[in-house]
Amino acid sequence: MVKLFMAIETHIANPGKTAGDRPQCWSCGEPLTAGSHFCSRCSKVQPPQAVDYFSFFELPRKLNIDTNALEKVFYKLSRRLHPDLYVRATPQEQEWSLEISSRLNDAYRTLKDPIARTQYLLSLEGVQLEEQSKAATDRARQTGEEKKQVVPPDLLEEVFELNIQLQELRMSDEKDPEVIAQLEDAKKSFEAKLQSVHWELKKLWDHWDQLWDSNTQNDNTERLQVRDQMVDLLNRRSYMRNLVRDVNEALQN
Amino acid sequence: MSEERNIIVGIDLGTTNSLVAYMGNATPLVIPGEDGSNLVPSVVALNSGEKDFAVGNPARKYLVETPERAVYSIKRLMGRGLEDVREELKFFPFRLSENLQPGEILRIKLGDKEFTPPEISALILRQLKRNAERYFGKPVTQAVITVPAYFNDVQRQATKDAGRIAGLEVLRLVNEPTAASLAYGLDKNKEGIVAVYDLGGGTFDISILKLHEGIFEVIATNGDTHLGGDDIDNLLITIALDDIAGDMRLDLRRDGEAVQAIRKAVIDAKIELSAREKTAISVGLPGNKKYEREISRLQFEQLIEPIVLRTAGPCRQALADAGLTAEQIDEVVLVGGSTRIPRVRALVKELFKREPHTEMNPDEVVALGAAVQANILAGGSQATQDMLLLDVTPLSLGIEALGGVVAKIIHRNSTIPASATEHFTTGVEGQTNVAIHVLQGERELAKDCRSLARFDLKGIPPMPAGLPRIEVKFLIDANGILHIAAKEQRSGKEAEIEVKPTYGLTDEQVENMILESFDYAEEDFRQRQIVEARNEAENILLALEKGRRNSAWNQLGESERKEIASAEAELKQTRTREDYRLMRDSIEKLNRVTTRLAELMMDSAIGSALKGKDMEQLRADGPAAPHPIAPAEIES
Repeated sequence: MVKLFMAIETHIANPGKTAGDRPQCWSCGEPLTAGSHFCSRCSKVQPPQAVDYFSFFELPRKLNIDTNALEKVFYKLSRRLHPDLYVRATPQEQEWSLEISSRLNDAYRTLKDPIARTQYLLSLEGVQLEEQSKAATDRARQTGEEKKQVVPPDLLEEVFELNIQLQELRMSDEKDPEVIAQLEDAKKSFEAKLQSVHWELKKLWDHWDQLWDSNTQNDNTERLQVRDQMVDLLNRRSYMRNLVRDVNEALQN
Repeated sequence: MSEERNIIVGIDLGTTNSLVAYMGNATPLVIPGEDGSNLVPSVVALNSGEKDFAVGNPARKYLVETPERAVYSIKRLMGRGLEDVREELKFFPFRLSENLQPGEILRIKLGDKEFTPPEISALILRQLKRNAERYFGKPVTQAVITVPAYFNDVQRQATKDAGRIAGLEVLRLVNEPTAASLAYGLDKNKEGIVAVYDLGGGTFDISILKLHEGIFEVIATNGDTHLGGDDIDNLLITIALDDIAGDMRLDLRRDGEAVQAIRKAVIDAKIELSAREKTAISVGLPGNKKYEREISRLQFEQLIEPIVLRTAGPCRQALADAGLTAEQIDEVVLVGGSTRIPRVRALVKELFKREPHTEMNPDEVVALGAAVQANILAGGSQATQDMLLLDVTPLSLGIEALGGVVAKIIHRNSTIPASATEHFTTGVEGQTNVAIHVLQGERELAKDCRSLARFDLKGIPPMPAGLPRIEVKFLIDANGILHIAAKEQRSGKEAEIEVKPTYGLTDEQVENMILESFDYAEEDFRQRQIVEARNEAENILLALEKGRRNSAWNQLGESERKEIASAEAELKQTRTREDYRLMRDSIEKLNRVTTRLAELMMDSAIGSALKGKDMEQLRADGPAAPHPIAPAEIES
């Protein structure tokens, strides 16, 4: 397994004998097109390449994706890359198929879900999203450190109320029906807000794609604006989902 | 030698029964044992000489007569530790080694000897291997073995180790429900969403798959590796023991033979109740006493209800993970002997709102599916050429982080192979080692998850604290087993990784067990020699039959024909014996006396195409070894 690193390193360092500037197929010598997983002449699998998920599927960095078409490509590539098909191939090809198909699966999983897709694209743009995971919350609770998290300002009051209600429920032994009703209402309110966040995100995706289509060379500011708005929305979404999760947990117990 | 594909068999290593199957160009078939039965009970016993093992049906009598020398349901102990199995041991007559350490692999005593679960499973695998070799008349060294979908990394590794010890190269571990879906989807050309409900002797799996144009894509899987028919049996045994203690004032809990006799009786009753509304548990006890109790199906169902209901939670979770409702499932398939119980079928119908498919043999379907997968790995055939399995990892993979919390790095139900990359650094100046604790499970705290292994990354170049950037790559392969690689990025140095598996065997230990198993390999070798010699005998006798019908036969002299007849008679006699050396001598003899006949046939063969066909037929029928009465093979 350790060999895999070496495999990628050597490929990047000296990607096989070159005819001119382009790398060659290790098996038949045919020049390779950049980014292709297979040789166009002999179809043999080639060393893995360090490309991002969009490039892996030969897609532009746009946020609306036809998931049916994506699935078709996923199946097509799986049929040629899956380790099951390399059981009788050389050990080198087996390693490559294992590496590339794990990347294929990771890429498909990320691009298939709109939120994961957005998060991924933002990370490619160099943005760090806030640490919203439950693990981070617990860790913060344990170490007493402040969790990197910002309460969306317009929600401050509601969140404050909610936290009081949650506290009440956790502390008391009897389940006060009034508090429970209040929590149910709060949950519904946040779920509705999540729905509108989703609609807003959809508008931003369209905007982003529009900018991509029209032209990317000009003014970067509009693009950066859209990007930052998406970051805000995702953080907001993540925060509210955590709230809903906390309420659900409290109501179950 | 013709370009033959290696035989790859499919093996279902079950809790209660094991099977081996094969798919050539036609439909997959289960390979029977010497006694003609398709099922090999997963029972192993050490005979009183402590030199030989009995496996399968021959081992069952030991269970009742000398239970301290026998073991069953070893699958329930694979990849597990002492803390996991304390409860089970109350019902099993097994004795564990006295000085087991925490985190150490289990050791079971049979007679005065000790064995780890993989070694015992290896004995069952070896029996299946022998059955296959007898059937094909040639060595079988490669296999696909099935495991419960919900098996964790440690349990999977234990299964692979068992294969290695048995002399099998395990090309793939396949999840049992997925294998069943392959057998199911093979002839039906099915499309749509299929749920596989697999309740066996010791484990429960529920998998939801999408079948589309030959691709079998698992969307979600869930289960309980500690739930099955054995639990139902144990419940009934407890009731019987309590009855007996109460009514007859006999405490038989420690009486191994009595418990096993009761066990056999309750299993018979359980099976009866799937067909009848009422039956009786009837057991002979020590001291010429007898225990009898009537039990109705209704009573039985009430008793087992809590056990059966334990399958509902995983089913609901799998549906939730798949993002589907029960209505959106197209078909439900039942797998595993315990799905014969009417109450189980009723529950499945309730949960999935449709009649489940029961037309496939629940005992054999997993092995048949494994054979289909083996066929795909071997290069495929017309039936399987478009088939591909895309499975998932059933449990989230995580690393223990500060505060005993788990940071998940690969989520459950991710399609495999799957990978993740994490970065670590050092906390102390000059630190050259970093320890990583890897776990599997869905809980937030490390102590509630299953520990897989501790990895020690060594050889990190000494630097100020916090400076090294250690990139660790986690990869779950197509078997669902984890591999890791690590590299310190500033220096470019690859870190040496030492793995301390939890409840597992190190590579060295497996190697030693393989060497030890050569003691038993002698017997294997002898068996194989007998099989191969017998095969050759068959072929030469068959060839002689054809030779007699050939015109060349008439050119032989009277004494020559007499010699041939006598050698033939001798071979027919020795081939029924167990001495392969004798057989070989007879084959040699017959070879010698038919040399001239062969030459004569060769001469006339050159003129006749029809004759050539006969030769081809001969060559196609037997093993690849050259026949004595066949055209000379020209080595290129």
